[in-house]
Amino acid sequence: MTQSLIPTPDEVMLRDAARGFLADASPVSALRANRAAGRPYDPGLWRDMAQMGWAGVLVPEEAGGSDMGHRAAGILAEEMGEVLAASPYLSTAVIAATALRAAAHARLSDIAGGDVTYALAVDEGTKHAPEATALRAEASGNGFRLTGQKRFVADGASATRLLVLARTSGNPGDAQGLTLFDLGAERDGLTRTARATIDSRDHAHLDLHDVAATGADVVGEVDDAMTILRPALNAGQAALAGEMLGLSAGAFGMTAAYLKERKQFGRTIGSFQALQHRAAHLWSEIEITASAIANAGRVLDETPSEAALAVSVAKARATATAKLAVSEGVQMHGGIGMTDDFDMGFFMKRARVGAEWLGDYGYHAARVAAARGF
Amino acid sequence: MLDFSEEPERFRAGITAWIEAHCAAELRNPASGEAEICWGGKRWTFSSDAQRDWMQAAAAEGMTAPRWPVEYGGAGLTRAQDKIYREELARLNAPTPLESFGLWMLGPALLAFGTHAQKLHYLPQITRGEIRWCQGYSEPGAGSDLASVQTRAEDKGDHWVVTGSKIWTSYADRADWIFALVRTDRDAPKHKGISFMLIDMEAAGVTTRPIRLISGASPFCETFFDGVIVPKVDENGNSRIVGELNRGWDVAKHLLTHEREMIGGGARGLLGGRSLGAFLESQEPGIMADPILRAEAMTLEIDSLATAMTLERYGDMAKQGGVGDASAMLKYAGTELNKRRYELLMSITGSDGVAWDGPQGALAPDWLRTKANSIEGGTSEVMLDILSKRVLQLPTQ
Repeated sequence: MTQSLIPTPDEVMLRDAARGFLADASPVSALRANRAAGRPYDPGLWRDMAQMGWAGVLVPEEAGGSDMGHRAAGILAEEMGEVLAASPYLSTAVIAATALRAAAHARLSDIAGGDVTYALAVDEGTKHAPEATALRAEASGNGFRLTGQKRFVADGASATRLLVLARTSGNPGDAQGLTLFDLGAERDGLTRTARATIDSRDHAHLDLHDVAATGADVVGEVDDAMTILRPALNAGQAALAGEMLGLSAGAFGMTAAYLKERKQFGRTIGSFQALQHRAAHLWSEIEITASAIANAGRVLDETPSEAALAVSVAKARATATAKLAVSEGVQMHGGIGMTDDFDMGFFMKRARVGAEWLGDYGYHAARVAAARGF
Repeated sequence: MLDFSEEPERFRAGITAWIEAHCAAELRNPASGEAEICWGGKRWTFSSDAQRDWMQAAAAEGMTAPRWPVEYGGAGLTRAQDKIYREELARLNAPTPLESFGLWMLGPALLAFGTHAQKLHYLPQITRGEIRWCQGYSEPGAGSDLASVQTRAEDKGDHWVVTGSKIWTSYADRADWIFALVRTDRDAPKHKGISFMLIDMEAAGVTTRPIRLISGASPFCETFFDGVIVPKVDENGNSRIVGELNRGWDVAKHLLTHEREMIGGGARGLLGGRSLGAFLESQEPGIMADPILRAEAMTLEIDSLATAMTLERYGDMAKQGGVGDASAMLKYAGTELNKRRYELLMSITGSDGVAWDGPQGALAPDWLRTKANSIEGGTSEVMLDILSKRVLQLPTQ
């Protein structure tokens, strides 16, 4: 490893710029406004993000991207997490961009320009399991016919395009025999059903009934989706971990501030040692998770083929830390923390969704165990 | 002679050749443990001629204290050069030529707070392995509340008379000198009346008694001072107080931060060393089918790897200007993690693990010993106090 885990001056500048922009453009009240308006995100915000080069953060410069790398992508995700900024950033700029880049796909420049948004449709059960894919893509003439279902597709109802994982051979459970299709969201036979999820974001069910696809719709090679999907999932998991770290820091910041102002029994509650120690423990957990996230970005940039361990440590840690941060956040705020008028609930709900998306704690713990030889 | 030229790869080649020339092959054993450490001191018996030759060759080049200035017995290496030296020692399985509380603690305190004359006198004795020091901080009545030390040094004109007792003085029974916190002003507020004093263990009235722990024999001792006479200015013209009189708490605090980083870093060996997977290969097949053990092992691995990254990150932060009180987090997290690791290893070994001399070797004593990790050098609770008050700046009332 050549890079240090402490940020470079460029990374510090990127973080400061992102923080400044998001504080104005997308405070937590913006998520509240999205919820009231029934929209998963503000398209104007996404346009601004694209103009700043965030949509192309992982797109090569020759395709119009800013190509800042996975560490930078993680820093942006962290800053978005801190204020719960809603956008198709993870689905489009991180996951789809990494998949299309691995396949040297022409549509990369559309991502960088903010002209398309993507959703990744992999899971069919309640838990993340790409290899369990049963959705069939039967060969038909020069093309394929896709039939089956996908669930918990993040940004699935709002995206203009869908990356759909389908089985072209073998049986559910096989890592081989899977093929990744890049489909326009309006294609005949494709039904998208938005689900009302606790985080007020876009998660959809997809129903595919005899959807026609051609060889040109295949990303990468037929029967070999995992070559493309693995790096894309690693990138998405690492950036999602970054978002959850930012979310943890955001919840902790609110809680620490409250401990310094709230008075009960004639004292500031932050002077009670029982609360001080819990706050210090939580802060320590956030610091340790921050190291795991910085390391995941570093490994993805330097030796992406060996990223699974670092990414799974990051995602597992981020899941556990965010759960602690929001639980302590509500408890230390007391009754006010339970009210919908107060923001802490938004952090708790997004943390729960983030815990499940792209692999829960157990999924990533099992990957760590496999990588560590037990 | 070593070539300290700046160019890193030339430096590495030189250091490798020098280690190979002076550290005999018999010493370069990956399995050599604590028993092989060279502590030095007047009463030290080298485990072999090779150990003596290696220490002396290193001392002649200042390489027992590579980062210290040359005039005080060090080699004046840059941080980058020292890193290369440590890497080559590890790669060649060579032990460090000398370890001591003088190198770890008194030296850094003298470098930060001592006079030039004190440094010239005491530091080369340390780097040459001539004088072995021990630390006298805690007392039976001053544990976590260290500033309440009661061992007193009475001013008798040209000398002090020291009376009291210290506890947890590691290797006091083998040390030549002790650096101790003593109360020199009983009327001042408790942090203001303490001095950092250097005392000869051979002085009349100093006695030691070893302490047996739940894990068995230990390096810890009690050390008693019964009217011990300490000259204010010794025969070399040096004050026996480091830093200013009654300002010893500043020195102690500086060292405690230093020590904390070291103890937290103690987890590094475990994290980088034997993986849980490798340990499991020596265990009964199928043991990890137990779902609870498996879950604990996975969580421990995740936390261990994340903590290892934190040690690396904080190490780099320290190079860029220090981490200050946040180092309490490393101590807290590192020691709690180590306790968890040993609890898990004991569970995995089952009934084998509870034997003092079982097939697991020293696992049970090691497990018991880890319980002290979160007590020594500041308890976990004190670390959380430091973090909440100084880092998070939570209110006091």
